[in-house]
Amino acid sequence: MALDTSAHEVHHHTSETVRTATTESRIARYGLIAIALCFIGLFLLLPLAAVFTEAFRNGPGEFVTVLQDPETFSAIRLTLIVAGISVPLNLVFGVAAAWAIAKYEFKGKAFLTTLIDLPFSVSPVISGLVFVLLFGSHSVLGPWLQSHGIQILFAVPGIVLATVFVTFPFVARELIPLMQEQGTADEEAALSLGASGWQTFWYVTLPNIKWGLLYGVLLCNARAMGEFGAVSVVSGHIRGLTNTMPLQVEILYNEYSFVAAFAVATLLALLALVTLVLKSLLELKFSAQIAASRRH
Amino acid sequence: MEVRVQNIRKEFGRFPALNDVSLDIRSGELIALLGPSGSGKTTLLRLIAGLESPTEGTVYFGEEDASKKTVQERNIGFVFQHYALFRHMTVLDNVSFGLKVRPGSRRPPAAEIRARALELLDLVQLSGLEKRYPAQLSGGQRQRVALARAMAVEPNVLLLDEPFGALDAQVRKELRRWLREIHDRTGHTTVFVTHDQDEALELADRVVVMSKGSIEQVGTPDEIYDTPNSPFVFGFIGESNIIPVRVENGQLWIEDRSIGLSAAGEPDGPAQLYFRPHDIELLDGCGGCIAGIVTVSRRVAGTRHVELDIGAANCKVEIELPPEKAATDKSRIAFRPTRWRLFRDVPNENRTPAQV
Amino acid sequence: MTASTARRWQFRQPSVIPGFGLALGVTLSWLFLIVLIPLSGLVWRTSALGWPAFWSLATDERTVNALRISFGTAFAAAAVNVVFGVILAWVLVRYKFPGKRIIDAVVDLPFALPTAVAGIALTAIYAPNGWIGSLLAPLGIKVAFTPLGIVIALVFVGLPFVVRTVQPIMEEIDKEVEEAAATLGATRFQTISRVLLPGLAPAVLTGFALAFARGVGEYGSVIFIAGNLPYVSEIAPLLIVIRLEEFNYPAATAIAAVMLIISFAMLLIINLIQAWSRRRYGYGA
Repeated sequence: MALDTSAHEVHHHTSETVRTATTESRIARYGLIAIALCFIGLFLLLPLAAVFTEAFRNGPGEFVTVLQDPETFSAIRLTLIVAGISVPLNLVFGVAAAWAIAKYEFKGKAFLTTLIDLPFSVSPVISGLVFVLLFGSHSVLGPWLQSHGIQILFAVPGIVLATVFVTFPFVARELIPLMQEQGTADEEAALSLGASGWQTFWYVTLPNIKWGLLYGVLLCNARAMGEFGAVSVVSGHIRGLTNTMPLQVEILYNEYSFVAAFAVATLLALLALVTLVLKSLLELKFSAQIAASRRH
Repeated sequence: MEVRVQNIRKEFGRFPALNDVSLDIRSGELIALLGPSGSGKTTLLRLIAGLESPTEGTVYFGEEDASKKTVQERNIGFVFQHYALFRHMTVLDNVSFGLKVRPGSRRPPAAEIRARALELLDLVQLSGLEKRYPAQLSGGQRQRVALARAMAVEPNVLLLDEPFGALDAQVRKELRRWLREIHDRTGHTTVFVTHDQDEALELADRVVVMSKGSIEQVGTPDEIYDTPNSPFVFGFIGESNIIPVRVENGQLWIEDRSIGLSAAGEPDGPAQLYFRPHDIELLDGCGGCIAGIVTVSRRVAGTRHVELDIGAANCKVEIELPPEKAATDKSRIAFRPTRWRLFRDVPNENRTPAQV
Repeated sequence: MTASTARRWQFRQPSVIPGFGLALGVTLSWLFLIVLIPLSGLVWRTSALGWPAFWSLATDERTVNALRISFGTAFAAAAVNVVFGVILAWVLVRYKFPGKRIIDAVVDLPFALPTAVAGIALTAIYAPNGWIGSLLAPLGIKVAFTPLGIVIALVFVGLPFVVRTVQPIMEEIDKEVEEAAATLGATRFQTISRVLLPGLAPAVLTGFALAFARGVGEYGSVIFIAGNLPYVSEIAPLLIVIRLEEFNYPAATAIAAVMLIISFAMLLIINLIQAWSRRRYGYGA
């Protein structure tokens, strides 16, 4: 493998005399790079390759046929609906939370920040379980819901609730450090020039945070479409009705329809790849606007 | 230990940072590398340390060619601008580090390392703080820990990069005096980098003035201040006035007036007259003097600073007068430099020394 | 003393920026509705069980084994990730090589790839007839359908937590500190092991904790590869799902409560260590 650019040059340039004080020997560097690349290849790239290989195991014909299955189609639809509802909800919440936390000093702020992060430290299965306990037939609310004909569990509302729960912190988490770093000077300037609160938000704050916001939404959406554990617990696995794409993958896999399972999985893997590409582009182009969150 | 830098050239990519620099540092000397930013002074310091390697040229420690040695092998003490203390180590561990990382054969026993570190902390007046962490110290204290850490390895040469740069004015003055004391007591060959001329002139045995990757002048503080050998040094150290003059038959002229200074042996032609505001004598009449109209007069502590417009070109100069001397606006003052130098309008290489 | 000098308790410091009430109102309502009320439901259900019932459910042999497997494999995976995550972060921060930018982006794959997809993909690779499984099978090493498979899956999901926590701190390492160690005679190895890595310890610890916490709760990527043999390769989240399917809500609740208690206790300990480190060394992560 050839090392390129400056690291190489610097080393070459000094190798006859003294090695600079802050680099490792060439062997150590090649060794570490090799270890890192092997690890990435083995643990991350190989599984990704496996998804596509397995999906096309019996040729592209079967791949296409499998994807035309109406159940798969309804799973795609449900996934889009769920993400379409939960992401905007968490977007609004994230902006509000970041506004409250980043622009003001108040008692209990640190505690509030911790609470917002809470869903990250809860197992997805438990995230689903709490809604089963809340709305299940044996719960306090269960009988009342039943008598009014409101179906939450094993239906779209339950799936949305569980998804909102697990994706709860994403947008807020991206925005809080970013907005804290930007401070309040811009907003104060706008207000002093006579702008209203909404105008200030719309013309001053939002342009300042839009790339960070987009970044948060991207991550939130990836998780919303891919969530498995929480959704699995609340969905009831009703085919064609309450199966999202990840659940459809599981069902097909458990029925030994491997090609079909991997075919649906390729769609999700493509989603992941698109997410990664967009994420890298955002980081590349707007690193200053996004970097804040990385340091926290 | 004596350090010799011989014909060093250093390029970063295409950018030349040092251009054929040679310098002899005497054993036990305290020497300052002084220059504006970008003059190459820090690069020179890092080359001596072995943190950079020269594109061309050699560094000798004593009679030994140190250029082939790594920074670890050179046994130098380096104090970084921002101290670079190890923040997860106590003050004592920081100071002992250089001894602890020695290979077993050269490593003193643990008790001795500890004793030596404590002794050094005593020397830098930090006794009792050995269990603190860097985060718990003031800027001045961190600076002293950094110095003790560098001295712990009994370095061949002690190198300090802007040692007082990150401190506030009051602490800086104190530490300056204190560093001189430490140096006189320990006798380490010491090189420090600074952009502050007061610091260099007050502290160093000899000052190396650098500009654009070259050494402009090396000398004692007195030599540097009193007999600067280039327009750059004249301008960079202390205050200076520059007046365009003309040489005619060994005499200096401003426009159509002889100013009473003779430059015997100088070829005829235009030149620049350099002198310091306080190196002048006032004259009553003016048969051969510089005369000017007062535009501004300020009292600064024990002297009066007077700005004058000279000649038809209204060339501005500033001179220092005793405070009792009145200098009302628009009044006329005649003076003559007592100590001055002439530089010709030619590239640096052909500068003409001529002075009284 | 006048009223203005007496400092009264204030909920928030005055600010000219409008919208505090609205923003905090939305935040708190949403937080209560989505997170706090459902979670307190779990707490309430647990306390309704009563101590003896809770204790017997929590100490049920299958439950204890599931918890042991979950925490044990998560610990092992997080440890693996600390080693390789730090190497990976180092390589990404310090070296230049072709494809570096792509590698940097790929590190986030586990964040972006749905866990179920990762689960079936890893199973396909490590099954006895898979790409790697078929290489290991002759050596007598079984990965899929054993606890080792669980560790592999958890390494996959936990890797970015370590890399992304350590990487920014590594980028901020002051080069002067490394040079200082070198001028004092430290070899490169000594500089790294005695100066740089201890300085990174708080970040590494945080990364470990995040990867560990994620691993303990992980479900989707594990269930396919684990084999799910009770007492051997059955993880706690799966046991919760099984109990739910049996309509054994008390048992599901009890397991969930134990998991949450242990996880929160660990996060608390880590936070305390971080706070201590920050007080002492002036930095944390």
